[in-house]
Amino acid sequence: MEPILAPFKMPQPAPYQSKGLLGWLRINFFSSWFNSLITLVLIYIIFNLANFLIHWAFINAVWFGDSAKSCPDINAACWAFVTDRWRLFVYGLYPSELYWRVNIVYALAALTIISFLYSYGRWTKYFRITMIIIFPITAYIFLVGDAFDLKYVAPEEFGGLLLTLVIASIAILGSIPLGLILALGRTSDLKVISKVCTYFIEFWRGVPHIVIIVMFVALLPIFIPDGAGIDVVVRAFIAFAAFNSAYMAEVFRGGLQSIPIGQFEASRAIGMSYWKMMGYIILPQAIRNSIPALMNTCIMIFKETTIVMLIGFSDLLGIIQISLESSDWIGPPHIFSSAYTFAALIYFIFTFGMSKYSRRLENRSNIEQQ
Amino acid sequence: MSDDTIISFDKVNKWFGDFHVLRDIDVLVAKGERIVICGPSGSGKSTLIRCINRLEAHQKGTIIVDGIELIDDLKNIDSIRSEVGMVFQSFNLFPHMTVKDNLVIGQYLVRRVPKSEAEEIAMTYLERVKIADQADKYPAQLSGGQQQRVAIARSLCMKPKIMLFDEVTSALDPEMVKEVLDVMVDLAQEGMTMLVVTHEMGFARTVADRVIFMDEGQIIEENTPDAFFDNPASERAQNFIGQVLHHL
Repeated sequence: MEPILAPFKMPQPAPYQSKGLLGWLRINFFSSWFNSLITLVLIYIIFNLANFLIHWAFINAVWFGDSAKSCPDINAACWAFVTDRWRLFVYGLYPSELYWRVNIVYALAALTIISFLYSYGRWTKYFRITMIIIFPITAYIFLVGDAFDLKYVAPEEFGGLLLTLVIASIAILGSIPLGLILALGRTSDLKVISKVCTYFIEFWRGVPHIVIIVMFVALLPIFIPDGAGIDVVVRAFIAFAAFNSAYMAEVFRGGLQSIPIGQFEASRAIGMSYWKMMGYIILPQAIRNSIPALMNTCIMIFKETTIVMLIGFSDLLGIIQISLESSDWIGPPHIFSSAYTFAALIYFIFTFGMSKYSRRLENRSNIEQQ
Repeated sequence: MSDDTIISFDKVNKWFGDFHVLRDIDVLVAKGERIVICGPSGSGKSTLIRCINRLEAHQKGTIIVDGIELIDDLKNIDSIRSEVGMVFQSFNLFPHMTVKDNLVIGQYLVRRVPKSEAEEIAMTYLERVKIADQADKYPAQLSGGQQQRVAIARSLCMKPKIMLFDEVTSALDPEMVKEVLDVMVDLAQEGMTMLVVTHEMGFARTVADRVIFMDEGQIIEENTPDAFFDNPASERAQNFIGQVLHHL
């Protein structure tokens, strides 16, 4: 048979599709009369909603005042409640003459976050390690005191945003290493260790958090007389770290399972011990793969700190509720809605920051591996 | 067993559950010998070489590698593993490290070579597999053939006495097979002891001292490559070669 030769073709530009803003608009919003109609209706709804919100939250809102009487307009936000009470929200019941100590801790927390947000060349590693070691110690010394001539402040007096952040940090930073250990234990070849870790995880995961918190705080002292010596807040911290470590363990186990068996075999074939293989090859990859689920759990933990209200602590949400019941502010529902909008906004700012940071971590590891 | 025997299998048996995957395997490998192991899929050839660095543990019989018997003793096993290099079908490079770091990490962690020296050694071996210009890239940025050459260099960095190759060209696109085989031919000419699981008959003919044919967990036939491929004695080997040749 004669060979059939096809002529060689040079690459050509792609056909006209969606050039410029107008093309993009037409394809995405006005591709047919029905889509155009939907677009117009949605524009109308969004415009009205935005209009209402701007009037409610800014134009008609009352920004300052000292009681519910300052906010007569029930169709506008009453930010006066927030500006009047903000110290309580931020510092809780911490003695006001000692606010400076809390401020130092807030500043150090900000510095720690900054150390992780940006790169500082070869100093990055040292900066971060220093902050991660120094911050918890100094935070404890300044917040609780009873050292270096600092007056003792009982953890019961923490409250508001301060308490929320302290519980969330301890729960998150405590449960990550604990969860990692549990995940390694559960995936271990040693049957006893694996079983113990599995049942530990299943127990903490299976019992409602409220039950655990109440048990730690109310029942523990009855069973263990010495347990009464441990501060009630500390017991709540331990409970938070314990049941959250079970969730973290499952997050990390998912990450571990995503690593192909070949990575283990290659590490073993080179002669690495279990811990070297885990530390240098498996965990760095497993933790990277866990980032989305990890951050999901962190956000959940942060929001769930509000259940300490049930055992009589006043975290951010709790202290807002208490303030709403004070004689100055008790009254019309628009103060309620303003107060809860404010609470939602604060929680959202923190959780959104966390999710932004996690997306940055993901992107960075993606860039490296492509 | 003569003095230059480096691997010996004596009546080695292994089961996966109830499946008898290795049956009374007897093999002696001399220093510097190149052995090609072939056979149909599921014949136990990969399991056989994976027993040499104890990625698989055998249940009966004796395996002696470089004078050390393989038993359930961890220290002993880690030291064997650092003497035996292994290259896998699926490369198994560490994706979170650059090519150079893939070669440095084992030397640094296992052989305790200082980092700067390990980097020099890494670069020499990358040059040997003709890939030094890719040292700072990540594995995912390389082609399959390039990745497999990096994997070979990673094993060689550990200065192994024995190299095991487990179907290293099977996952490659056809045009990349040659670049990997060339590296292996070079290595053979330098006198490395090699056990190669492969169906590349061209490679077996040029390089191997001996071909071992396995089926159903046992060694059916052993011969020189030319004699084995041109004139297989057993019926199973004849069938196998017939089938493999069909596709070439």
